[in-house]
Amino acid sequence: MENLISIGVRSIFVDNMIFAYFLGMCSYLAVSKKVSTAFGLGVAVVFVLGITVPINWLIQNYILNPGALAWLGDDFSTVDLGFLQFIIFIAVIAAMVQLTEMVVERFSPSLYGALGIFLPLIAVNCAILGGALFMVGRSYTLTEATVYGLGSGIGWLLAIVALAGVREKMRYSDVPAPLRGLGITFILVGLMSLGFLSFLGFSI
Amino acid sequence: MSAETATVPEVKKSEPLFSKKNKKLVSNPLDIDNPITVQVLGICSALAVTTQMKPAFIMALSLTVVTASSNVVISLMRNSIPPRIRIIVQLAVVSLWVTLVSMLLQAYVYDVAKQLSVFIGLIITNCIVMGRLEAFAMGNKPWPSFLDGIGNGLGYGLILMIIAFFRELLGGGSIFGYKVFAELGIPYQGNGLMLLPAGACVIVGIIIWVQRSINGYREH
Repeated sequence: MENLISIGVRSIFVDNMIFAYFLGMCSYLAVSKKVSTAFGLGVAVVFVLGITVPINWLIQNYILNPGALAWLGDDFSTVDLGFLQFIIFIAVIAAMVQLTEMVVERFSPSLYGALGIFLPLIAVNCAILGGALFMVGRSYTLTEATVYGLGSGIGWLLAIVALAGVREKMRYSDVPAPLRGLGITFILVGLMSLGFLSFLGFSI
Repeated sequence: MSAETATVPEVKKSEPLFSKKNKKLVSNPLDIDNPITVQVLGICSALAVTTQMKPAFIMALSLTVVTASSNVVISLMRNSIPPRIRIIVQLAVVSLWVTLVSMLLQAYVYDVAKQLSVFIGLIITNCIVMGRLEAFAMGNKPWPSFLDGIGNGLGYGLILMIIAFFRELLGGGSIFGYKVFAELGIPYQGNGLMLLPAGACVIVGIIIWVQRSINGYREH
């Protein structure tokens, strides 16, 4: 249990997807103009990460790993399908994103309209595939993988809502014209990332 | 579908291989249509792999290869892809190329491949590749699509090299692993901030500032 809490806290604060690894930056920068849309996209990312990381864990451990197909019979115990990893992971992610899209469209048409192109683009949000690949690299168990997926999602949600909040206030500041928009946003992200560095020495 | 195929012959006869329009496809992404600083695509890897110049260079090269070749493949297939499943088809083509590149890197430059870790795999979800497929290759012929891929890869690489240059120079006091300050006999204490994510963000912000002051691009 302690182990799970530690993984959860680490994935939210210390190994934050945005501030430590820069994953999912494209939609992070593009959708963070308003808190409400940022929150909607963040929830969608939590949902997709929370589902795809455990599913990809199952696929990795029961299909892709060398010898993982042993449950099909002795003939398969030497098969290594590792080279299919990227294609299968991305297919799972694309299917889950399609599902999320349908759920959001059904239950919140206004959010669906506001997210626009960025909802299908979650499929190519690096945070999702990155989560799956990190999960494989760190050899978690299934429960740990689920906690890690949800934790990274929540970390991403936290980061995008925080940036959206700052950007809403920024509208009233006098920024030099060439720096306006994207430029100042990058510097903001840098400063926020510095803030998150203070979690580095944090352990449970 | 039939309307698209009908227009193909008349485009074909007029275009020379390196017409003005085709040259623009390569030169525009270097400055006024840069994938990173203007289109805001492919930021993740641009920030993550730029602590040193060598991995940044390999990354830029890999991305150029993947973008150009997926652009060509998708452009060849563009009239036969059903619109509803185009994203999956595009992802399948891109992941094919990324798998190839990833295997090549592991075979020939293993240490750099190790250093880039998941980021080669993440080229699949690099928005530049998907963005160019969706915005350009789906509606254009293979040769312009190839040039567009090369151009965007180079535009990405250019920014990547600038970021990596400053981060490696200021952070570690070296260029391409060559200890510049130590060779010149100047005592230099590496600035750790530059190696951290925060330093990268600030550098990109400043690059955008400088670029937009020069070319006059404004955001509202």
